[in-house]
Amino acid sequence: MDNLTPMFVVIPLAAGFVIPMVSRRLRAASDVFGVLVMSALAVMAAAGARRGGVYAVGDWVSPQGIPLGIEMRLDGLAALLLIAVNAIGLAAVVFSVDYMRRYTSKLRYYSLFMFMVAGMNGVVLSGDFFNLFVFMEIAAIASYALVGFGCGHEELEASFKYLVLGSVASAFILIGVAIVYNMTGTLNMAHVATRLAGQPLGRPMVLALALFLCGFGLKAALVPFHAWLPDAHPSAPAPVSAMLSGVVIKALGIYVMARLLFNVFGAGAAALAVLRGMGALSMVAGVMLAIGQWDMKRLFAYHSISQIGYVALALGLGTPLGIAGGLFHMLNHSIFKSLLFLTAGAVEYATGTRDLKRLGGLRARMPVTAGTSFVASMSIAGIPPFNGFWSKLIIVLACVQAGRHGLALAAVAVSLLTLASFLKVQRYAFFEAAKGGTEHVREAPPLMALAMVLLALLCAGTSLLALTGIASPALIDRAAQALQAGVFGLP
Amino acid sequence: MNDPHAKEGMSLIVKTVTRWLKGFLLLYGAYIVLYGHLTPGGGFAGGVIVACAFILVFLACGAGIGHRTLGRLAASELDSAGALIFTAVGALGIALGGVFFRNFIRTPPEAHFRLLSSGVIPVCNIAIGLKVGTSLFMVLAILSAVHVAVKGGRRRMVRRREDKS
Repeated sequence: MDNLTPMFVVIPLAAGFVIPMVSRRLRAASDVFGVLVMSALAVMAAAGARRGGVYAVGDWVSPQGIPLGIEMRLDGLAALLLIAVNAIGLAAVVFSVDYMRRYTSKLRYYSLFMFMVAGMNGVVLSGDFFNLFVFMEIAAIASYALVGFGCGHEELEASFKYLVLGSVASAFILIGVAIVYNMTGTLNMAHVATRLAGQPLGRPMVLALALFLCGFGLKAALVPFHAWLPDAHPSAPAPVSAMLSGVVIKALGIYVMARLLFNVFGAGAAALAVLRGMGALSMVAGVMLAIGQWDMKRLFAYHSISQIGYVALALGLGTPLGIAGGLFHMLNHSIFKSLLFLTAGAVEYATGTRDLKRLGGLRARMPVTAGTSFVASMSIAGIPPFNGFWSKLIIVLACVQAGRHGLALAAVAVSLLTLASFLKVQRYAFFEAAKGGTEHVREAPPLMALAMVLLALLCAGTSLLALTGIASPALIDRAAQALQAGVFGLP
Repeated sequence: MNDPHAKEGMSLIVKTVTRWLKGFLLLYGAYIVLYGHLTPGGGFAGGVIVACAFILVFLACGAGIGHRTLGRLAASELDSAGALIFTAVGALGIALGGVFFRNFIRTPPEAHFRLLSSGVIPVCNIAIGLKVGTSLFMVLAILSAVHVAVKGGRRRMVRRREDKS
């Protein structure tokens, strides 16, 4: 068995406990250790891109093919998510080295950050329902604490809101897991899938599926369940916002929904319609709410809802092109949205505010931030040649191909509104003349700039994936195949 | 008897009973942890009982003596150590058996139901007991030291006065 697989969980988990022990004695150790661990994980994720297989933890014998122990599964979809989580994590951690000086307890920050990464890697790799739940809680609880890390009024309120709604979602999911266990007698996903295959879902399983859709829909912040996100994501420190909007809502929300719908429950038409409906609703409502915002990070947070809507809509089409487009957009969104949050963090770091009405003239004062923010804004608005254009193009084409012209039109219209609201950000923060009081503003420290440039290069770089074939970009093709392969455990 | 913390906490009766009980509680917690692979219980249950002993001292004698029994820093270190021992057992499975969490301590069949049996499970139980015992105590210690105050309609995190660690 490939011993790389468990390391994605073990390394950050161990690091989360080593960092507070070591860096109490050695102050700088937490920075060095954090960056080293995330670099190692990013390299491992890149190495894992072409690997695959099932890993039985403890190597317990399974009598008559009934899986006993904990199972971890590395397939194309998991590999794609691992790359997104660990690459964005690396950028966020590099950004944190300078940024987190403003906060009091860096070692607690790194510790929680590592638990969040370990939890997400665990969710992505988990092959059974219960470990999925446990890892999801690790990631979620770490992110509740990270949202409230500033300990101010807004942070505490947002964190509490997120905690309450997140716990409701977790309760839904746990009840769903209990129903699945009761009905099938197993928690192993592949085993559940083989038990369910070839027969219509009974009423209890439909209830379980509905609970999962609500629970993971809440974690993904799809529209009827989105209330926590516009508070939680802007309140967190910038690198954490980047992780939350960039990867947490995907690893804990969209990924699990896609995995359960396609690989375990065997994508029924009704479930796909629900996913599509929630996606279309989020897409439209998110952008409508975003366009009137004046707080930079809050505006970005509403756009996360809108962009996640694109992903859910495309996956809900259920066609090969839709799945490829959805996964590609998921990867792209994780890159440009985390970049946007990092640039907002840099602006806040330099000027002390993120109110667009009070900003201005930053293009001359902060050229790197302005440049990278421009790249990210054009990516999210879907302007060629950046990555957002290609994935949105695939999604629109997939809608047309599936005969859903209304949805295609909505996707194009939402893209235009996205462009409008990002032109607003660019104009008020960077291009407009300075409003005075910005003489002291200086470019962000080098490590923060490095993290932003890295992600900006990825924004341009991932658009090259589209050149390898519009219908199945490299890297995405294996992930899409994993979803299209139908239920787990069957040939 | 000029201990600055002597006046803190509950009445003399409660303190005296606590002084007698804490040893038994710790012993019972340790028993539940160490016999986790043979009888009902295990690392988590035993850890909770161990934490209860410290929490009892904390409640009966006040935070001053409570932290002298188990300091927050020491608790934090033990907590991390417990988690690291557990991870190390898993990683040793790779080093010695080739698979994460493979049982690398082989015990002969005639050792079944003895204290030293069940391979790595007792080691895992001890690690979990250490982790649960100290982290549950820390939850109480931190909740008692920090609270959210509302001042002028805005919430703030405030540290209590007596918290000096």
